Amino acid sequence: MIYREAGQFKTTYASDQAIFPIVQDRVVVAVAIAAAFLVPPLTLGDYWLQAVLIPFLVYALAALGLNLLTGYAGLLSLGTGGFMAVGAYSAFKLATAFPGLNIIVVFLLAGLFAAAVGVAFGIPSLRIKGFYLAVATLAAQFFLIWLFNKVGWFVNYAPSGTITAPARTVLGVMVTGPESTAGARYVMALAFVAVFALVAKNLVRGRVGRAWMAIRDRDIAAEIIGVRPLRTKLLAFAISSFYCGIAGAELVFLYLGSAETIAFDITLSFLVLFMVIIGGLGSVLGSFLGAAFIVLVPIFLTNVPHNIGLDLDVALAKQIELMVFGGLIIFFLIVEPHGLARLWQITKEKLRMWPFPH
Amino acid sequence: MKRRTWLFGVLAVVVALAPVAPALAQSNQIFIPLLVYRTGPYAPSGIPNANGFQDYFNLLNERDGGINGVRIAVEECETQYDTKQGVECYERLKGKGTVVINPYSTGITYQLIPKAPVDKVVVHSMGYGMTASADGRYFPWVFNFPMTYWSQASAFVKYAAGVEGGLDKLKGKKIVHIFHNSPYGKEANPTLEELAKKHQFELTLLAVDHPGQEQKATWLQVRRLNPDWIYLSGWGVMNGVAVREASSIGYKMDRLVGNWWSGSESDVIPAGDGAKGYKSMTFHAAGANFKVHEDLAKHVYGKNKGAHKKESLGEVYHNRGMINAMLNSEAIRTAMVRYNLKTAPTAEQVRWGFENLNLTEAQLDKLGMKGMIRPIKVTCDNHEGNGMAAVQQWDGKQWKVISDWIEPMRDVVRPKLELAAVEEAKKLNYTMRDCSKEK
Repeated sequence: MIYREAGQFKTTYASDQAIFPIVQDRVVVAVAIAAAFLVPPLTLGDYWLQAVLIPFLVYALAALGLNLLTGYAGLLSLGTGGFMAVGAYSAFKLATAFPGLNIIVVFLLAGLFAAAVGVAFGIPSLRIKGFYLAVATLAAQFFLIWLFNKVGWFVNYAPSGTITAPARTVLGVMVTGPESTAGARYVMALAFVAVFALVAKNLVRGRVGRAWMAIRDRDIAAEIIGVRPLRTKLLAFAISSFYCGIAGAELVFLYLGSAETIAFDITLSFLVLFMVIIGGLGSVLGSFLGAAFIVLVPIFLTNVPHNIGLDLDVALAKQIELMVFGGLIIFFLIVEPHGLARLWQITKEKLRMWPFPH
Repeated sequence: MKRRTWLFGVLAVVVALAPVAPALAQSNQIFIPLLVYRTGPYAPSGIPNANGFQDYFNLLNERDGGINGVRIAVEECETQYDTKQGVECYERLKGKGTVVINPYSTGITYQLIPKAPVDKVVVHSMGYGMTASADGRYFPWVFNFPMTYWSQASAFVKYAAGVEGGLDKLKGKKIVHIFHNSPYGKEANPTLEELAKKHQFELTLLAVDHPGQEQKATWLQVRRLNPDWIYLSGWGVMNGVAVREASSIGYKMDRLVGNWWSGSESDVIPAGDGAKGYKSMTFHAAGANFKVHEDLAKHVYGKNKGAHKKESLGEVYHNRGMINAMLNSEAIRTAMVRYNLKTAPTAEQVRWGFENLNLTEAQLDKLGMKGMIRPIKVTCDNHEGNGMAAVQQWDGKQWKVISDWIEPMRDVVRPKLELAAVEEAKKLNYTMRDCSKEK
């Protein structure tokens, strides 16, 4: 009933293969995106934008990147933090070396640098698989962080080793640096996420995505039917690292404003991997749901005792928060091991049948 | 079907309890948020510090009815010493009438420095943070008195020279700097390098990666080098490991000097007797035999309002937390006197108070902190004030100050600091203000 699909006939292949074949979905998504662009910057305060929504968007992009690699191509990576660092540091170098360069171009170039590094570290994936590949990508994580810590050139020889986002504008609006408004940075992050989510969705529906999934499901069979493992796997690493690189640049330029290498350490890699697993492997929507879960739930939990007037000791509140958060992760993984995206899929199927389920 | 209903029930509850707009603090209270870390890997240092803050502000409220009659309201926010959580806390608390914030982490300080002038919040990074921000002409909203890392490092070199018998005796001596591989740990390097050139000692920089549990390679190098002095810029677990490693290779403990974030009880107790003789820099005395502690016992602990374990009062970090709280409140008091206020001052007024803080011996005596810290005077162009350092030593039971107050080498530090401030200011597009025009 909620989805009244009577009368929606697909008369062309194009309409049958659309991203959202059901009209209601299309409308809801279009409205949601428009609302996401318009409503928060106009109505929400700094705290919401700066501490909740911007990190959510940044992590969603990183999770999307990792999901392409791990969820679609089946290559387990623990190097996400390292690849994000490549994006962040190359964006910093580019932005400071070429002050005239548009910040959007800087982000895209930073993504390309990350992609190149990702390809280099993806080469072992041809020989090693599964957990062993995870260990190999761990090397990328540690090596890259060590490199940025060690070589002063990457931070323009700042004695503290901290990189600071310079102020840059897009169409006359300040989008980075301390003077930029949270709203402007939010819209910038959202624009990147929206565009790249669309790109990702199309990639995974097309030839490239099918090749990835073929490799994931059985690489020998895939090779026999003509999928070239070398190209396919490296392409997965390249595109995934490109996404992660842009997310890393955003982390510094749009979210934190300045960062040190610790911001990109191994915990970040794990965090993004958890987002992908909880959200749903091999699902674009899952990346968003996972990022939302990991970023938003702790913040909700932190604020709950306050808002219901419970005056808890902060240490106790934090410990309860960690326990509840851990419990929720376990709960969701038991209820739906395929992630939150699968949960939504089931819900949607039910909604389409409602009220006559079979 | 049923368990999914359940699931959505849980989700609905979570969403329903979503944070509503933060309530504004009551108008006639001075609101001071505290970024604390009572959990996580750095909690052993974070807890006494946070308790020191709580106890001192409590004392002011109980004993004096606040600052000049206006009560202080504090709210803690847990950061786990994590930069991202720190930023979340800051964003949440800044709109509540915050006038001053103590980030208690160099990483978080770096985040807040660019935001401070935009949001109009005073950032007081007491003895940590960005050294260059001590140039108040470029960083009007950031204060790091009583001293910066650079001044501290120069005071260490002066102390070592004093033991050796003069600055000229440093020539050819080997000094190793073991530092936490983060902005915090790296801060002292430029000063040490400069001084190595000037006084011709051999400086070796050895980085230890976060969190610092693994230092075998570092100490192997130390053993090979056999340095005359070691300066340690560690934090948390790294300190304890370093002290243990030093004693296990038989290094002369009285030649191992930590900076003031490497000299607390939790850094030495795990190393047991081996830690005896270990020294560290400090800018205040430890111990619970000051008058302020009597007041605490009477007004706070006597009323069962104490935050700390009573028998642990006098710990280095508890005292430091109290001193930090005192510096905050005295700056606010300065502002209230200047603007003749009976109500909570605004952030601009508090900024003026920080900049014109003149903490005299008489005032310290009145506060019961005489001998705990030196008098201090902050000016418009010098936000690190005229603080001095001392060296304290662990005798197996407690930290004892063993040196006189050491004047840092301001002639070396200040010019470098001004150059660094220009660099940092360029990154943020700051211009220099004219301090002679400040009222």
